[in-house]
Amino acid sequence: MTISRPARIVLRILFLLGLLFIYVPLGVVVVNSFNADQTFSWPPTEWTTEWWQKMVENQGVRDALVSSIIVGLIATAVAMVLGTLVALALGRYAFFGRDTVSLLIILPIALPGIVTGIALNNVFTSYMGGLTFLSILIGHATFCIVVVYNNAIARLRRVGTSFDEASMDLGATSWTTFRLVTFPQIRSSLVAGAVLAFGLSFDEIIVTTFTAPPNIQTLPIWIFNNLFRPNQAPIVNAVAAALVLISIVPVYLAQRLSGNAAHAGGRI
Amino acid sequence: MGAPRAPATIEPRGQHGMSASADAAHVADAEGAVGASETAVRLRGLRKTFGDVVAVDSVDLDIADGEFLTLLGPSGSGKTTVLRMIAGFELPTAGSIELGGRDVSQRPPFERDVNTVFQDYALFPHLTVLQNVEYGLRVKKVAKAERRQRATEALASVRLDGYGDRKPSQMSGGQRQRVALARALVNRPKVLLLDEPLGALDLKLREQMQVELKAIQREVGITFVFVTHDQEEALTMSDRIAVFNEGRIEQIGTPAEVYERPATEFVAGFVGTSNLLRGEASLKVLGLEGVFSVRPEKIHLGDPSQPLADGEHGADGTVAEVVYVGDATRFVVDLDAGGRLVALQQNVHRTSSDVAGLRGSRVRLVWRRDHEYRVHG
Repeated sequence: MTISRPARIVLRILFLLGLLFIYVPLGVVVVNSFNADQTFSWPPTEWTTEWWQKMVENQGVRDALVSSIIVGLIATAVAMVLGTLVALALGRYAFFGRDTVSLLIILPIALPGIVTGIALNNVFTSYMGGLTFLSILIGHATFCIVVVYNNAIARLRRVGTSFDEASMDLGATSWTTFRLVTFPQIRSSLVAGAVLAFGLSFDEIIVTTFTAPPNIQTLPIWIFNNLFRPNQAPIVNAVAAALVLISIVPVYLAQRLSGNAAHAGGRI
Repeated sequence: MGAPRAPATIEPRGQHGMSASADAAHVADAEGAVGASETAVRLRGLRKTFGDVVAVDSVDLDIADGEFLTLLGPSGSGKTTVLRMIAGFELPTAGSIELGGRDVSQRPPFERDVNTVFQDYALFPHLTVLQNVEYGLRVKKVAKAERRQRATEALASVRLDGYGDRKPSQMSGGQRQRVALARALVNRPKVLLLDEPLGALDLKLREQMQVELKAIQREVGITFVFVTHDQEEALTMSDRIAVFNEGRIEQIGTPAEVYERPATEFVAGFVGTSNLLRGEASLKVLGLEGVFSVRPEKIHLGDPSQPLADGEHGADGTVAEVVYVGDATRFVVDLDAGGRLVALQQNVHRTSSDVAGLRGSRVRLVWRRDHEYRVHG
C-alpha cells in the first residue's frame, strides 16, 4: 500500500505523539528518582542516589517485594499446571459442554477485578475462616490461569493433531506422546504464558486488596498505601522507577519466546 | 481423465437394501481372490458416522498378507476414514477390525501393529530426521545402539544416507516423503497404511515414487494399504483395488478386472473414461437392455462401409469432437442410435495436422463383443 507524502508525515507525527504520551511520564519517574529535591521541582537541579539507597534499606519495601515474588511464583506455577491441563482437555478432546467450559475459563480476565475481589473476599471471610496468604494465591490464580491457557490453546490449535497421531501410530502412549511430542512443541508458548502470568500477578492491586490479610502487603499494595505520605514519596518514586526498568526484561523475553503465537494467543 | 462425478457430500444410504446384497457379492469374489493365504486385515460390517453423516457404511474387506491393496475413490467417499479406523485414530460406530486374526476394533493406535505414512508426512519438526526415524524404536525401548543402526539403515534404504542430522524443514517434499516412509518401515509393521502419500508431489516425482514404493513393498513383503483418488496411481501400483463411493465399496478386484470389467456405472466412470451405452442405444446397437461399458481404446474407428466380422459389434455415427493428445487421438462420436462414445486411436500414422479435418465425418465404431460389459447402476 502506498501512502501520500503529507499523510505519511502526519501519521509519523501522530505516532510520535502517541509514544511520547506513554513514555515521557515514565521517563520523568525514572529521572525524578535521582532528583535531590523532595518535592520533585522541575527541572532537577541536584542529583542524588539517596532515594534508591533508602528504598533498598526500607523493610516495608523488602517484605512487600518478597511477598509479591512468592505470590507471583506460586500463582504462576499453579496456573501453569491447571492452564496447560485445561488447554489440553479443551484443545484435544471433544466433549459435551466444551464451549461453556472454555468461556468459564476465560471469563475471570474479562470480569472487573473489583467484582472478583469482592466475591472472593465474601467467600473467604464468611465461609473459610478469613483472609490468608492462600486467599491471595487463589485470587491471583484466577486470572493467571487464563493467560497460560490462552497461550497454550492457541499453540495447540496451530500445531494441530497430526503429530500426536503420528506419535501414537509409532507406538507411543498418550503420556509419552505428551512428553516427547506435544510438550516440546508448546513449551515456548507455556514459558511466554508464565512470564505474562507472573507479570499480571506482580502488578495486581484490586483483587489483592480484597484478598490479602492485613499483615501481608504485596509491592503494589505497599506503593498504594505509601503514595500519599509526603515523607515516603521519593522512595515510592524510586520503587516505581525500579519496576519500570525491571519489567522491560520479562516483556522482551515473552515477546521473543512466543514469536508469532503472541498474535494468535496472548492476552485477550 | 477426471472423475465425472465426485459427490461433495455423503448422503445417508440406510434404506438401500439392494446395494447391500450387491456388496455381499463383491465380498464373495474378494474372499475367493484371497484364497488360502493369511489375512492381514479383516474388516466386517465396518461403519462410521459423524453426527448425521454416514462416512463409511457396512464395509467388508479382506486384505491378504503381503498384498498391495488400494482404496480408490473420490474425496468424501470414506476411503480415508477406513484407513484411519484401521490405524486406530477413529473408532468404528459398528463392525469389527481384525489385524492378523486379533480383534483390535476398540484398541488405541499404539496397541496396533500398523504404521502410517501421512498425507502431510507429520514429521516431528523439533526432532532431526534420524530422531524422527528412531522414534518408534525409542518409545518401544529398543537399546540406543540398535535403534541408531536400524534407523540409519532405514534412511539408507530410502536413499537418504547422510541426511540424518537435518531438520525436516530443511528437506524437500520428496525427501520428507521418504523420511516418513523410513520412519514407518523401521518398525517392521505387519501392515503399512499410506494416506495419499504422493498427493503433494509434482507429477514426475510422483511417478518415480510410485515405482519406488512398489519396489520397496515387494522387497520388504509388508502388506500395503494405499489410499488415493488417482485412478492411474491405483492401476499402476496395486495388486487389488477397492473402489469406494459414498461410504461403500463398489467393486474389489485386480486393476485389470476393475478397469476392463467395471461392475457399476460409478466404477466405469471413475476408473478410466466413462464410455457407456444405455437405453435406446443399447437396444439398437447391441440388441440388449441395460447399461454397457466399452473402454475407448477397445473401439476401432472404421469407414461407414466397413463390414462387421463375427463377434463384433458396430455403431455408426458422426465425429463430434477430435482431440489430439500426442501419442493418441480421442474421437468423440455422436451415435445415430443416440448417446455418444469415445474412441481412442494410437497415432501410428497420424499427425496433428491430419486430425483437424475429421470433425463432422461419418464413421463406424467397431469393437469385439467380449470387450463390452454390462454395468449396474
